[in-house]
Amino acid sequence: MYIKLDNVNKTFGNYKASDNVSFEIEKGKLIALLGPSGSGKTTILRMIAGLEHQDDGDIYIDGKLVNGISVQDRGIGFVFQSYALFPYLTVFDNIAYGMKVRKNSKEEISNKVDELLKLVGLEGLGKRYPDQLSGGQRQRVAFARALATEPQVLLLDEPFAAIDAKVRKELRRWLKDTIDKLGITSIFVTHDQDEAVEVADELIITNQGKVEQIGTPVDIYRNPKTAFVAQFIGESVILENYEYEKLNGFTKRDNAPKAAIRPEFVQVLPLDNNTEKSTANMKGKVVDTAFRGSNVELTIAYDNLEIKASHQIEDFTVKKGDEVYFKVTRLYAFDDDNAYTLINDILKDNPEMYYI
Amino acid sequence: MEKSNSIINRILKSGLITWVLLLFIWGVGALFYTDDFLPNPLVTLDGAKTLITSGTLWTDIVVSMGRVLKGWSLGLLFAIPVGLCVGNFKVISYVFEPFLNFFRFVPAIGFITLFLLWFGVGETSKVALIFYAVIFPVMVNTIAGVRSVDYSLVEAAESMGASKRRTFFTVVVPSAVPNIFTGARLGLSGAIICIVAAEMLAASEGLGYLIYTSRLYYRTDWIFAGIFTLGLIGFLADKLLRFLGKKFLYRFGVR
Repeated sequence: MYIKLDNVNKTFGNYKASDNVSFEIEKGKLIALLGPSGSGKTTILRMIAGLEHQDDGDIYIDGKLVNGISVQDRGIGFVFQSYALFPYLTVFDNIAYGMKVRKNSKEEISNKVDELLKLVGLEGLGKRYPDQLSGGQRQRVAFARALATEPQVLLLDEPFAAIDAKVRKELRRWLKDTIDKLGITSIFVTHDQDEAVEVADELIITNQGKVEQIGTPVDIYRNPKTAFVAQFIGESVILENYEYEKLNGFTKRDNAPKAAIRPEFVQVLPLDNNTEKSTANMKGKVVDTAFRGSNVELTIAYDNLEIKASHQIEDFTVKKGDEVYFKVTRLYAFDDDNAYTLINDILKDNPEMYYI
Repeated sequence: MEKSNSIINRILKSGLITWVLLLFIWGVGALFYTDDFLPNPLVTLDGAKTLITSGTLWTDIVVSMGRVLKGWSLGLLFAIPVGLCVGNFKVISYVFEPFLNFFRFVPAIGFITLFLLWFGVGETSKVALIFYAVIFPVMVNTIAGVRSVDYSLVEAAESMGASKRRTFFTVVVPSAVPNIFTGARLGLSGAIICIVAAEMLAASEGLGYLIYTSRLYYRTDWIFAGIFTLGLIGFLADKLLRFLGKKFLYRFGVR
């Protein structure tokens, strides 16, 4: 394994930022540390970088124990949330900083900076100062600067947090492609699920200083292992006290009184013109609708429950107050620790019901 | 219409109105008193003319400003490096800060007699006094500048392999430049205030000497001319300093 954390603990005062954190990362992978704010994800990143030091536990990079190695010598590249570009240096000098520290020759530096500027699509902007660039451009400079010293590991702290939504999407794509192209092992911190799922090969889900689950996005979406992951991933409706028994196709699972249902797990059908007859269908009333761009999120009242459903606009139109049929294809039942995926018994034989 | 608006705006912004108002009040006030007590603006201008034609005003300006510049530059040369070190190194700050926080409340004027005793009535005592007046605002601001450095810049430099020493010179010092500059400006005004006080006590030329000795000849108009010159010099010196700061230190955040 390329990067390995072994029982790492870190406390700030009374706050346990890392609680027995252990995980391993393969070389060349792009990993997202995903969790709510205060879950300790940035602390993990900073400890790998050497900007913070663990109270106990071991960190390995490329098979080498790095506990006592300072940030200067760890061979990492770090992209800060606020970019941390030197405002008094030009783009060129910002990128060249690390190479000047290494005493590379002038020619070497100039060639490398040009190459990096080309890589990040900022050719010809070397003479500009950071305040003459847009947010997205600054982010790219920060990225180029972190790469200039040819680090073994690239660490990015909320790399897209300060960029407006439109540019962010574009930049994510670009970052993923660029990192894939370079093949550098990278870890980035985010609290944005969409970002994590879209960009990362693997997710590490953190909560209250602990690692909850590690896996590919698909794996984590399909099989949340802990109660936290079941609730955190997706915008789930949570049912308490075995309420999920009221839904057609689900029976009680012992020791799993709660359930998380994602909007994607709920299918909606019109009352009329409906050729599909299934005992899984239930009749509910739409009490709220929320437009989500490509789809509409419906809140459906049924037997004292409120279920959220993601509805494609093209299928048929639904207004508030309409009655509809709906069925739940799957849900996550969980207790305080573990989560189990329950698939609708009635639909179990139907292979089309697979969603992530 | 728009054009005249912008002219009015510019006049308002230039502060010209304040000056006109001040001259007016001064002029009206002077009507009620003798020229020896409160000379009117025209009499003052006349007095200034006499001083200019005789050359004394120029000599006094040159002498005073020479002292200010000498003390101010020496003060900067001393206070900036010391401030940088105190701000950056904990151990030095423990030793130095109590001393700093005591003496910065003792005004330079309080030391005039002592400095005359120690350094004599010549130039040294005056330059030393200005030096004293300059170093405190510069040090205090420099220290504040060092301590307000964006820490992520320091971490960025270190993550690229920069040693503590290199980080100090390439991140901490440049980041402190705006504060250092503010300190230098405050130091300059402190220096001008202090030189007048020093020249009043012991000098044979300079603006302070001019103001102080004019009372011997009942030349209240000369006193006014001296005061006006001081204000003008301070005003222009600060303008010049800010202009130079903007021109050469803009990149470091001096505005």
